[in-house]
Amino acid sequence: MRRYFGRKLLLYGLTFFVAATIDWLIPRFMPGDPVRSMLARAPQRSPAAVEAMTNYYNALFGLDVPLWQQYLNFWGSLLQGDLGVSTWLPGQPVTDILVRRIPYSLAVLLPAVLLSWWAGNRFGAFAARKRWLDNTVLPIGYILRATPEMWLGILLVWILGIQLNIFPIAGAYAFSLSPNWTSPVFLRSVFLHWLLPFASLFIVMFGGWAIGMRNLIIYEFESDYSRYLQAIGAPQRLIRRYAFRNAVLPQITGLALQLGVIVAGAVVTEIVFAYPGLGLTIYQAIINNDYFLLQGAFLFIIVGVLVANFCIDIAYVLVDPRTRTGMQGGTA
Amino acid sequence: MSREIRHPEGPPGVPTTSNAPVVDAAVAAPLADSGAAVLGPKRKRNEVVYFALRNSKFLLGMVVLLLYVIIGIVGPRFTDHAPYEYVGPSNEAPGSEFWLGTTTFGQDVYTQVVLGLGSTFAVGLLGGGLATLLGMAIGFTAGYRGGWIDEVLSMLTNIVLTIPQLAALIIVAAYLQVRGVIIEGVLIGLFGWPWIARAIRAQTFTLRTREFVDLARLSGVGTAKIIRREIAPNMSSYLVLVLILSFGGAILTGAFLEFLGLGPTDAVTLGTMMNHAVSWSALQLGLWWWFVPPGLVITMIVSALYFMNVGLDEVFNPKLRKT
Repeated sequence: MRRYFGRKLLLYGLTFFVAATIDWLIPRFMPGDPVRSMLARAPQRSPAAVEAMTNYYNALFGLDVPLWQQYLNFWGSLLQGDLGVSTWLPGQPVTDILVRRIPYSLAVLLPAVLLSWWAGNRFGAFAARKRWLDNTVLPIGYILRATPEMWLGILLVWILGIQLNIFPIAGAYAFSLSPNWTSPVFLRSVFLHWLLPFASLFIVMFGGWAIGMRNLIIYEFESDYSRYLQAIGAPQRLIRRYAFRNAVLPQITGLALQLGVIVAGAVVTEIVFAYPGLGLTIYQAIINNDYFLLQGAFLFIIVGVLVANFCIDIAYVLVDPRTRTGMQGGTA
Repeated sequence: MSREIRHPEGPPGVPTTSNAPVVDAAVAAPLADSGAAVLGPKRKRNEVVYFALRNSKFLLGMVVLLLYVIIGIVGPRFTDHAPYEYVGPSNEAPGSEFWLGTTTFGQDVYTQVVLGLGSTFAVGLLGGGLATLLGMAIGFTAGYRGGWIDEVLSMLTNIVLTIPQLAALIIVAAYLQVRGVIIEGVLIGLFGWPWIARAIRAQTFTLRTREFVDLARLSGVGTAKIIRREIAPNMSSYLVLVLILSFGGAILTGAFLEFLGLGPTDAVTLGTMMNHAVSWSALQLGLWWWFVPPGLVITMIVSALYFMNVGLDEVFNPKLRKT
């Protein structure tokens, strides 16, 4: 088991190193000069002023020292949690902005991921043994899987939010309220604002997990142990339970592999609902050419994905006894 | 690195494990194919066509996909406008003059959709095709060579797999001041290969110790030729499925990127349309004809690809046919 976690941690460490290096490389080696494109928006046009501002920003961002030193400086400040200063919200450290936004993202993402995984697996296993359900669930599942989250979000906002006027359409709580976690009015507002972003993520992911589980269960029913149990006349419920427990393992691995896609879905969903999490921050950073914020958000996402991966690894060890005895199992 | 061969992972861009339909093909395809090879290649191709044309899922997907390909090709002939040209009154509902209505700026939505369709197909083909090629190159090399090459390539694969594709694309695309459809497709392909490489590596691993590969190696055939002539044909059906899935995945990833405002700067795309619709309050103004068609088109195309994938899986894999 130590070997298993050792390998995982090595992989995650390397991944973070590569991601951070990409984060450092891109602004320096992409065509176009971020400092110049930032200055292009400044009102100053006279060459002398532009020259002075260029020098100022180059010094501010530490671009006036040799590359290797820039790289070391980058790691130095990164390890201190310093990701630079936002240009969109001038003077605010990127880390502060992002830390403030994270709870909103997690509040939508965590329940949506966990509930859709649980419900999708349950439903998929249930659908696998009812022919009529199977014939309807499968096509619907594939269509849901193919739906871009932002379009589903747009439809939900338009129908439920604007046409029927049941749900609020933007923000994390009503603009007229100020945060007060003891007031029921505020809590109700928070819940209503949370529900639609949650729902649009939940629905798309639910379809995917249900299909995955349905296929895996059918696959397990074909395997030797199922046939053997059937042959000796074991109750159907027992066989189903065994099949489910076996089919859950690849679904856990699948959860880890899908994290990137889940993050992508969450980013666009937050934009549709103007929900103030990381995704909306990324969008605002793009619109305002705030490269520091964008790069900081990238690193935050990487760290989040790595932590999630590690949690899933632990879950896998808890669920699959083979990894504990070091025999086999657990995809490296 | 050991991993289960039984469950190659699903493609990115698809919020599911999507293991099983691919899995069954993955496991059974080499066997099924080697059996069919006795009949000769021509007979086998006929067999695939025979079953494909009788598979309702594949046919449905194919019809929808072809429909959109035709619209993408013929559609632009029915419009004289440029996608962002101001051609008519703003916020016009769909009617005889503007088939899908107009935007707030009096742009023709129909023109944008049919031209966006072309961009979508281009991004999907380029991104999906490049991802498949890269995945094949890395997967075959790692799986066939083994040893330290495999260790290094597998580590690389796992690292790129862990970094969220869209997050990486965002920072790269944001720094590009000028972006075209081709650049978008290539970028998506460059970050989309890891799951393909992993699945192909796993399959190559099981194939490389088979007798016919040993025989080829003993008779002095080069590595590249062994991979091309002995190994790849044995998973050709799987490679087709991978290509279809990564085509769909690239379309979805492209749509996400465009929705973030990082789509092509010189062309209209479906994701960009949705971005504009949301930015300019089309939802509040009730201009459904502006945001419903682009999303619907993407959903239908990608669904069609998934249906084709499931259908073809049944065609390639006789075990699935009876259920």
